[in-house]
Amino acid sequence: MNKQIKLSVSTLNVMECVDWVMSPECGGIDVFIGTVRNATKGKTVVRLEFEAYEKMAISELEKIADQASIKWPVQKMLIHHRTGVLQIGEIPVIIAVAAAHRHAAFEACRYIIDTLKQTVPIWKKEIFEDGEVWVAVHP
Amino acid sequence: MKVNILAFGIAKDIFGGPAIDVELFNDATVFNLKFLLEKQYPQLKKLATYMVAVNNEYALDGDTVHERDEIAIIPPVSGG
Repeated sequence: MNKQIKLSVSTLNVMECVDWVMSPECGGIDVFIGTVRNATKGKTVVRLEFEAYEKMAISELEKIADQASIKWPVQKMLIHHRTGVLQIGEIPVIIAVAAAHRHAAFEACRYIIDTLKQTVPIWKKEIFEDGEVWVAVHP
Repeated sequence: MKVNILAFGIAKDIFGGPAIDVELFNDATVFNLKFLLEKQYPQLKKLATYMVAVNNEYALDGDTVHERDEIAIIPPVSGG
């Protein structure tokens, strides 16, 4: 299994990610693209700021990819995540999974994004017109 | 022993900076560390949850911390 994991301060490129996982033995590629939404619970969002504990984030992402490759027969997996300031419509995360058959690609891709959101030490701050808040920190 | 604690996200706001030093007894556990931090920074208790990472791995309350460990406070994550 082949994987590429990266944190980046610059714009993520969807086509580059697709090209990287493309391989002749694969019959399908599943791609998840996260995008910055302009509102949360009806409140206008101006921009997002992402912060990562980089070393640990990379090692947690490696673990997730390794777990996915144990659970499903996938050939190539890519996870790119942004840090820094993102405007509405920009891409904070791209996950691309290539497999011989689509079922494994779909399942692994969903598993990676769902687990990333639970365990990877990356934090998102929402900036509103009248304030800002770290997402999900308070009950 | 003196340990250095890294802070991220809201923990950075609570500590007032990206790292703090705290004085702990030798062989202190993660539980001891959390108890001390919560006393010094009561706002930690208002978080939905938070974890401690030791050397880039999530640690359990019973794990021991050492002087040269890389220790970090991990508030609820929100990547993606």
